[in-house]
Amino acid sequence: MFEVTLTHFLVVSTILFSLGIYGIVTRKNAIMVLMGLELILNASNINFIAFARYGNFGLQGQLYALFVIVLAAAEAAIALAIVLNVYKTFVNVNVDEIDELRD
Amino acid sequence: MGIYDIIFYLFAAVTLLSAFFVVTTRNIVRAAFFLLFTFFGVAGIYVLLGADFVAIVQLIVYVGGILILLIFGVMITNKITSVDIKTGTVQTLPAAIGVGLFTGIIGAVILNTDWFVVNSEMPESTLSTLGRMLLNEYVLVFELLGILLLVALIGAASMARK
Repeated sequence: MFEVTLTHFLVVSTILFSLGIYGIVTRKNAIMVLMGLELILNASNINFIAFARYGNFGLQGQLYALFVIVLAAAEAAIALAIVLNVYKTFVNVNVDEIDELRD
Repeated sequence: MGIYDIIFYLFAAVTLLSAFFVVTTRNIVRAAFFLLFTFFGVAGIYVLLGADFVAIVQLIVYVGGILILLIFGVMITNKITSVDIKTGTVQTLPAAIGVGLFTGIIGAVILNTDWFVVNSEMPESTLSTLGRMLLNEYVLVFELLGILLLVALIGAASMARK
């Protein structure tokens, strides 16, 4: 029960994923939404590496985790540039107040 | 319950507690610092899974790059001196119910599945194997990621400069 197996890692990554979803859904500030996104990407990486360790796949899981990290870096840079532009236009970055297109 | 298990529970507790504070604290700067501890905890979990190189990359890219970028974003888009840097939350109760249901369902599936586990022994170092794979089978993905990073860099710079 207390001995760490694959299940423990999967449960940790599930909880991390759910916390990320909660952050994305409830936060108003766009940067906080990005932080939730990073939590989700980390959860998926834990899954990749856990299956690479306990499955018989060699190191492919770790390689894909590296790819996810690279994509997260690119995504953070682009998203921050967009957030800066939004801030210049609307003077705040609250995602629930930026609804110009709706009118 | 050996030392490995104790260290795992330690890192899991650090990761999940700080992730919980990331999504619940009202102060953005505080959330960014809790995110730092989350990334450290996840890196520790990677080390426990035998992924030394990925753990180092996690520390360098996430803590050294993405987190700094997020903190820059916080500093630029919030007037720290005049207005408070707190952030509101919306619809916490429905979100908590939905996320709780989701966690329960996925957790039940994980706990009730009879996972087929092969206990492969941990390699001494994953670095040489990863490097060989990256430059043999995965060389196309490697080059594509390089192009993607270049495009993201140029795009972010030109978008932020306007």
